[in-house]
Amino acid sequence: MDVDLFTLDCECGCAAKIPPDRLRNILTGLDLPQSPALLVGPETLDDAGIYKISDTECLVQTVDFFPPVARAPYVYGQIAAANSLSDVYAMGGKPLTAMAVVCFPTKQLGPEVLKEIMRGAVDKLREANTVLLGGHSIIDPQPKYGLSVTGIVETNRLIDNAHARPGDLLILTKPLGTGITIMAVKGGLATKEQEAEANRCMASLNARAALLAGDCGVKACTDITGFGLLGHTCQMAEASKVAVELAFGKVPRLDGVIQWAKMGLLAGATYANRKYVEHKVRFDDDILLEEQDLLFDPQTSGGLLVACPENNAPEFLRRAATEISTKCAVIGRVIDAQGDKIIRVSEACCEGD
Amino acid sequence: MFKTVDARGLSCPVPVIKTKAALDNMSTGTVVVLIDEEVARENVSRLAHSAGCSVTVEAEADEFKVTIVKDGVA
Repeated sequence: MDVDLFTLDCECGCAAKIPPDRLRNILTGLDLPQSPALLVGPETLDDAGIYKISDTECLVQTVDFFPPVARAPYVYGQIAAANSLSDVYAMGGKPLTAMAVVCFPTKQLGPEVLKEIMRGAVDKLREANTVLLGGHSIIDPQPKYGLSVTGIVETNRLIDNAHARPGDLLILTKPLGTGITIMAVKGGLATKEQEAEANRCMASLNARAALLAGDCGVKACTDITGFGLLGHTCQMAEASKVAVELAFGKVPRLDGVIQWAKMGLLAGATYANRKYVEHKVRFDDDILLEEQDLLFDPQTSGGLLVACPENNAPEFLRRAATEISTKCAVIGRVIDAQGDKIIRVSEACCEGD
Repeated sequence: MFKTVDARGLSCPVPVIKTKAALDNMSTGTVVVLIDEEVARENVSRLAHSAGCSVTVEAEADEFKVTIVKDGVA
């Protein structure tokens, strides 16, 4: 590929999000229109909105877009689409239609670059049985790409972030460390294999993981993106009024990320995420700074964090081994609410899994 | 040996990569890194600690001067 999108100076992927505390302040006090059909709105910072359209079905809507996360335009398009679709999957939904959101520097980059981005996105939409209805494009010095996706969910298969129950096991369905890896790629420190594996993981759809979650009776799930594993785990725990124990040693991770974190190859959002949730997390003394950093690393198109009823977890993992192409593991468990500290991170916390 | 890395106006990971190159190319000595954003200050400090160096940070207006001393022992 001739064009290297990383030569453009910009924040990366979901790391370019406005920090969650600032976002919450902005939303606080806004008089939002209400409706009895609105089941999940902006208040719980969930992955997508849910609107009831009949006794048995709900509409799922989401939008997500970000600056380049891969050198090659085609791969960037694939990842952006997988990431946008993921919000629908994280709610237990089936995506149906998509609209493209495009910001593009028409002076610096040729139209063939945008075409490649679109081709990547469309290939992912096809894999997800989702049609592109249209979109909107504007000229912008920094390229950004993403999709607004609309889907449908049967009310009895609806999964939000507010129904994790004590005893549930937490399963993560993709390895962590995409933010760090992108920094390492930009810094010329990642091998081709390390770069390709991160791209493959980011471009993988969360469709199968969501299907497994539904089949295994999962009621709470979220996808891990810009707020990092701890940010999203915290949101789920708070919305569910529970606490969480995580076993750092069990968290699947991309190759090289601990070494790069130690070297300071961290996105700005890592520090914002730490600031946002640090006071709610208790790290055991043996969890090193670079290991903590990985847990705050902003993920682009990360995996699902599934709160799986313990009895069904073996079934989830057995099927995941053949149906999910990314590393998948039990990384912790949901416990009763404990006061200020919502998350405890130790090297290995959970017996019995 | 003494080196200055001017990383003002540069976004991460560039300040880290430039500082790493300076440190890699000396057995002992001092690297002063000029930085104008907090993320780069944190990242460059992490790099220096991981390389076993001592680090002091001085803030001057909106800029930071990060002094890294490599004693060659680590």
